[in-house]
Amino acid sequence: MADAPFVSVSGLDIDLEVPGGRLHAVRDSSFDIALGETLCIVGESGSGKSMTALGLMGLLPSNAHRSARRLRVGNHDLLSLNRREMADLMGREMAMIFQEPMTSLNPCYTVGNQMSEMLIRHLRMGRRPALTLARDWLDRVGIPPTAGRLDQYPHQLSGGLRQRVMIAMMLMCSPKLIIADEPTTALDVTIQAQILHLLAGLQRELGITMIFITHDLGVVSRIADRVAVMYAGQIVEMGRTREILRDPQHPYTRGLLECVPAPGKTRPGAHLGTIPGTVPSLVGQLSGCGFAGRCPHAAVGCRGEIPALTVRADGRQVRCLFTPDALWSAA
Amino acid sequence: MQDAEATTEPTIPTPGAVLWGKILRHKGILFGGGIVAVMVIVAVLAPLIAPYDPYAQSLISRLQPPVWLDGGSWQHPLGTDHLGRDYLSRLMHGARISLIIGACTAAISGVLGTTLGVVAGYFGGRVDTAITFLVTVKLSIPTILVALAVVQLVGGSLTVVVLVLGFLLWHQFAIVARAVTLQIRDMDYITAARMIGCSRARILLTEVMPNLMNQIIVVLTLTMASAIVIEAALSFLGVGVKPPLPSWGIMIAEGRTHIFFDPWLVMIPGAALFALVLSINLLGDGLRDVTAPQGRN
Amino acid sequence: MLRFLLRRAGLALLVALCVSMLTFALLNITIDPALAMAGEDATDQDIQALRVAMGFDRPAHVRYLDWLQSVLQGDFGVSPYFGLPVSDLIMDRMPVTVTLGALATAFAVIIGVPLGVVAAIYPNTLIDRVSLSVAVFGQAIPNFWFSLMLIILLAVQFPIFPVSGTEGFSSFILPTIVLGTNAIPPIMRLTRTGMLDVLSSDYIRTAWAKGLQPRQVFFKHALRNAIVPVVAVAAIQAANMFGGSIVVEAVFALHGIGMLAYESIQRSDIPTMQAVILIFSLFFIGFSALSDVINAYLDPRIRVS
Repeated sequence: MADAPFVSVSGLDIDLEVPGGRLHAVRDSSFDIALGETLCIVGESGSGKSMTALGLMGLLPSNAHRSARRLRVGNHDLLSLNRREMADLMGREMAMIFQEPMTSLNPCYTVGNQMSEMLIRHLRMGRRPALTLARDWLDRVGIPPTAGRLDQYPHQLSGGLRQRVMIAMMLMCSPKLIIADEPTTALDVTIQAQILHLLAGLQRELGITMIFITHDLGVVSRIADRVAVMYAGQIVEMGRTREILRDPQHPYTRGLLECVPAPGKTRPGAHLGTIPGTVPSLVGQLSGCGFAGRCPHAAVGCRGEIPALTVRADGRQVRCLFTPDALWSAA
Repeated sequence: MQDAEATTEPTIPTPGAVLWGKILRHKGILFGGGIVAVMVIVAVLAPLIAPYDPYAQSLISRLQPPVWLDGGSWQHPLGTDHLGRDYLSRLMHGARISLIIGACTAAISGVLGTTLGVVAGYFGGRVDTAITFLVTVKLSIPTILVALAVVQLVGGSLTVVVLVLGFLLWHQFAIVARAVTLQIRDMDYITAARMIGCSRARILLTEVMPNLMNQIIVVLTLTMASAIVIEAALSFLGVGVKPPLPSWGIMIAEGRTHIFFDPWLVMIPGAALFALVLSINLLGDGLRDVTAPQGRN
Repeated sequence: MLRFLLRRAGLALLVALCVSMLTFALLNITIDPALAMAGEDATDQDIQALRVAMGFDRPAHVRYLDWLQSVLQGDFGVSPYFGLPVSDLIMDRMPVTVTLGALATAFAVIIGVPLGVVAAIYPNTLIDRVSLSVAVFGQAIPNFWFSLMLIILLAVQFPIFPVSGTEGFSSFILPTIVLGTNAIPPIMRLTRTGMLDVLSSDYIRTAWAKGLQPRQVFFKHALRNAIVPVVAVAAIQAANMFGGSIVVEAVFALHGIGMLAYESIQRSDIPTMQAVILIFSLFFIGFSALSDVINAYLDPRIRVS
């Protein structure tokens, strides 16, 4: 890994105030991303992956508390920025693409209006040049620049088109970091592939650093340089994509991979894996490994303490008490 | 941080207990409900606890100020009016009129409006179109004006005022009942009841109505408040119930002649009216808060 | 959009027709108009004579069609009390009521909308609680009593406002406050809940993510969406205020249509009562149609489709 990572997150905690107490959505999360690299954060719903992204952007709901030892993007220390300075960065240096294209654009304003206002805000452009640039960007994301597009309202566009508008809008000010929170989940499968292709292409072309959040391991294999697997608010395993997919170390990652059919390997009619049990309650403190209740290898020690994230020589990080080799041979 | 939370297994309270818990913690309900309760008790017991006959005139003790003003005495804590009648006694008997009118009007309009609303929501189609149109027409009719006109032409009495207001204030019940019925009409338990052969009347009474009650109670309180204000306004304008009945509206109208020298004659009955309406509204708003599927905030 | 407008206009006409029928029925069939107009001292012969003179002896539907035909030509008959054509009386009084209604609506919107917006931006704070109290207060205070209290407080203690009468702008100030106060609560509450809803929506999160300034997020993106239902409610409230102006005009002796209504009711002047009730209903029907049209215009999902 590079000496000065572009994004550096250390000890990120996000708590939500809920009726039953304090919900620990993200616990002690740490990761670094190099310039131009794509990190995929994988996990099931409620694992804290979206919260991590929103926490980084400072877009958490009002009942959330964020704390961290370090939160850096480029040479900006996000922890020391006030709301106004943060707003200057958002959309300019770091941008975010959301999951719901149908509801993420304002129904009351035209596409052109919503796109140009960003350029007017961050690049101090005039209205006309902003609209011209917006039209160019629509072309770039595969929306032919027919005259009327900029004057259309979001409800006149399909989901796929809206997500293209969203991508164009968020990339227009050439941010250095883009956070994509399941940008394809709400779309049709054929559209999903197009959008993914578009996003990955633009990311490479512009050299943008990307955090891509998904629950889809197929997507991970196509775009990620590195993967962080989250479970119950914690990163349980992190490493290079190829290695993680080929040789998962944490029992949860392994379970996750067994749930996915592999073309050519999984025979028709064969049983896909499932992970028994459910995610533990995130309200209150964990008393041991979060996965212990569902882990086929859990031992007494797993319930006594939260395993630390150990770093191996090759850079792989795993949060498990046992060395994998011992685990798999015992199994 | 809070280890106890993770380990103690929470006991699950019954829905009723949860509701009562919310009610007892809701400041608006406690405050509003408390004042309404006091007013109801005073109104019911007025003949027993009022210090004087509210109609007894005494020309020697006219316009005595209340006890906190110069010249007031505990003999007449709220003073006397221009005919020497004890103001506190009139106020207590006036509460009876306001509450009777409020309750009876709310009952009549509640039955009328809820029936229309449930029928519209449950049967849908043309029935719904017709009833919705009826509600639209009703909304277009100026309530106070029509109430004034009809009461004036028919003659002001408690019964007339109640009947007229009952037929003028039902629309809110119809709107709410229709909306709720539409929501629950196709729920599985209604379908199930239909499938096992329950009659329509039975489904409406035993399946639909109980689900409406929460919202209807809220509308009931708010309609009661409107009825009380409108009655007072009619009586104030000289077109409601007739003197010497101690309606608060009449008391304010009579006090108006003396507004420059004895403004308390207007302030006291008005304050009572304001307090009653305010408390009923607080009670209604509070009930809406606690019965809403998710409490606000 | 054109089809929508035509349908809405058709509905308004149908409602107006029904209201005219109801009004007529109420004052001519449920009660005997001759009896009501003659007064208590009249003999049977007097009443019968009046019945023939006013045409009350003809069948109800004939009288209704007759009345409707005249009304459509702008003729509401002659007021037996004022001795003038009712349409003249109404035209004479209309400006006062329209001025009062417009001022009161403006007052309610100017107070209600900002309070609602601020309450939604700072929920559960002191300012939220204050604006909620204003709403509760405005909802509960009986307007005739509020008028008298303002008269006691302002006009008597500080005699800057006229207590009654129709003399220039200053005589509208107190009536405007009283009438407007009743309309503040619904406008304020709806603005608040609308803003709260919108502020938690996905597109507001997008607006923050774009790095827009709070001013742009709150006013350009949030308020624009939240205001749509508020405009509709403000129009309905305006219509209600015309109808509710009777009490306020009576207390402040403002010579508008409300006052005319009050005078005609006191004198059992049936032609005038009929006309005034119909006029107020038409106000409401017109305003609610207008509010639907404005709603459709403000929402691009309805306008552009």
